[in-house]
Amino acid sequence: MHNEMEVRFLSLSGNESFARAVAAAFAAQMNPGIEELSDIRTAVSEAVTNAIIHGYDQAPDNIVTMQMEIENDDLTVIVRDDGCGIGDIELARKPFFTSKPELERSGMGFSVMEAFMDSVEVQSAVGNGTVVTMRKRIRHGS
Amino acid sequence: MELNAQKRGPILSVQLSGELDHHSAEQTRIMLDTLLRDVTVHELVLDLSGMTFMDSAGLGVILGRFRKLSMRGGKVTVKGMNASVDRIFRMSGLYAIVERQ
Repeated sequence: MHNEMEVRFLSLSGNESFARAVAAAFAAQMNPGIEELSDIRTAVSEAVTNAIIHGYDQAPDNIVTMQMEIENDDLTVIVRDDGCGIGDIELARKPFFTSKPELERSGMGFSVMEAFMDSVEVQSAVGNGTVVTMRKRIRHGS
Repeated sequence: MELNAQKRGPILSVQLSGELDHHSAEQTRIMLDTLLRDVTVHELVLDLSGMTFMDSAGLGVILGRFRKLSMRGGKVTVKGMNASVDRIFRMSGLYAIVERQ
């Protein structure tokens, strides 16, 4: 089975739950287990939140794009922003690192994505936005 | 996010229901901190059984309240985690600092 979709939405924090709901609804056709669906929702939430808080520094009038692709049992989720980019990707991915401690962030966003998806790839350049590509093979809860 | 609180002696029990993400984190933090202005509170018990979603923003909220209470010699206890909240707590090592009931 092959399927693709793309959604674009404004960088409003209220769209975090929208993105999770859309991602779960699209992934549902793969017949995932409850835990797999919850993993996808959580990982998408982290990536979209990063785009809003870090990519766009919480400015609400920018566009976040989420693309999803299904190829048989393989799911790919791509979350893209055209924001400020990440200077040091390795540092940003470290558990408990946060560039915004004043927001009381846990610094666990990338760690959660890595734990709940099979792979997480980050492409970014300062001033040129960030693309997070996450992959997961759906094992139907088994 | 809905919040129901009850205080008994030094223990403040708070039931959180709904989704705790970045969007709802600030409001949740403000509500909890308002309750924690009462300096007689030494233990915050968070009942998460009504929580339908939580990501790392929720961890930030709990860690922040833990810091606040440990500064006054108190502690945070969590209970009622569903499977996905439990997984995020386990992978982050949260159980090393907050007690689980």
